[in-house]
Amino acid sequence: MDREKAFLIATGLIIGILAAVLVVMGNPGNMGFCIACFLRDVTGALGFQRAGVVQYLRPEIIGLVIGAFIAAFATGEFRSRGGSSTLVRFFLGMFMMIGALVFLGCPLRDILRIGGGDLNAVVGLAGFIGGVLLGVFFLRRGFDLGAARNDKGSQVGGYILITIAVVLLIMLLSGFNVNPEAGGPLFFSKEGPGSMHAPLWISLGAGILVGFLAQRARLCLSGGFRDFFLIREYGMLLAYLGIFVGVLVLNIYFGNFRLGFADQPIAHTNHIFNFLGLFLVGLCAVLLGGCPLRQIVLGSEGDTDAATAVLGMVAGAAISHNFLLASSAAGTTPWGEAAVIIGIIVVSFIGWAYREVDA
Amino acid sequence: MDTLDVRGLSCPLPVMRTKKVLDSGVRELQIIGTGGTAKQNVTRFARSQGFEVEIKNEADGEWTMVLTKAK
Repeated sequence: MDREKAFLIATGLIIGILAAVLVVMGNPGNMGFCIACFLRDVTGALGFQRAGVVQYLRPEIIGLVIGAFIAAFATGEFRSRGGSSTLVRFFLGMFMMIGALVFLGCPLRDILRIGGGDLNAVVGLAGFIGGVLLGVFFLRRGFDLGAARNDKGSQVGGYILITIAVVLLIMLLSGFNVNPEAGGPLFFSKEGPGSMHAPLWISLGAGILVGFLAQRARLCLSGGFRDFFLIREYGMLLAYLGIFVGVLVLNIYFGNFRLGFADQPIAHTNHIFNFLGLFLVGLCAVLLGGCPLRQIVLGSEGDTDAATAVLGMVAGAAISHNFLLASSAAGTTPWGEAAVIIGIIVVSFIGWAYREVDA
Repeated sequence: MDTLDVRGLSCPLPVMRTKKVLDSGVRELQIIGTGGTAKQNVTRFARSQGFEVEIKNEADGEWTMVLTKAK
């Protein structure tokens, strides 16, 4: 086996192991890592959504940005760049988050949920692969959001996301609170998933390590399936296998593996919308050129289009909770179901409308 | 020798554009692109198709590579 594939497996294993450990240290069940859930919690901590049970400035997210930035900077890959249908990417990020919060997890958490025995996540995976396939259909048809450009002059744009991460970290460490009487911001859940978390420094350290590895491995939870269907390249699928095996083995060891559909941690059993929620995520991810995790990593490398997609995800999280689209353990909402269907239609239209003119 | 420009394209377009040109039967192709991910992905794909890859130039995040069909 070549070094690249071995590195992909090792990266996956480390992420799976860290995810299982973070749950034991205090994170919610099957949520050692979840880009969608954690960005949503960050959105809540800032008060952009006021669902009291999902507010926490997740250090894992800050760590991911710092780790990916360090990896890119150290290897000379950091470069400010952008200009590829930026606003469209904002909306794709927004819909990607809406789909994820109807399913209750990003594609990374989907694998972690399967590794915890949650069979609803297998339904979600099928939907995700379906969404990726529709994205591949649009790619084969010539889908293209246009070329980005490397910024020749100032590199300032590329530093915006890492700056935000550092400012958030300072706010978190200093106990920043604008309006203590109102409880924040920063807001911190006193009950529910937002109140469950590993110790700050462990979460931050795990985030930095995963951000670093994900940047070096170009880890992307949609890219593996996409490239398998497009060019029969299976290297990235080995990373998924690594994540799955890592989290599965440790979940069994820690007694956190429970096979079934019912009573899974932070999950619901609406099969249709578990499928369609991640279908929307898969479709958005292929059109964006990467999954939620990959958007954060690219944004940290100086890709301002990807950073905008991340901001779109934050907006999607705010919309999801303010407009009652997000699911809960109790199930989906009618608004969420409608939003996923509208999202699939709108994003399919984007996939159909953006075609390369030459080549 | 033909030149293919994949600068600034999102994944997986650099590889898809390369595949399209290689499938047309060329034995030699120059590609200019940006970023480490595209460089790695195009290199891996070209090698899998039996091409030798030579990086000609790399500066300011932009690279030029030449693919030659192995004899």
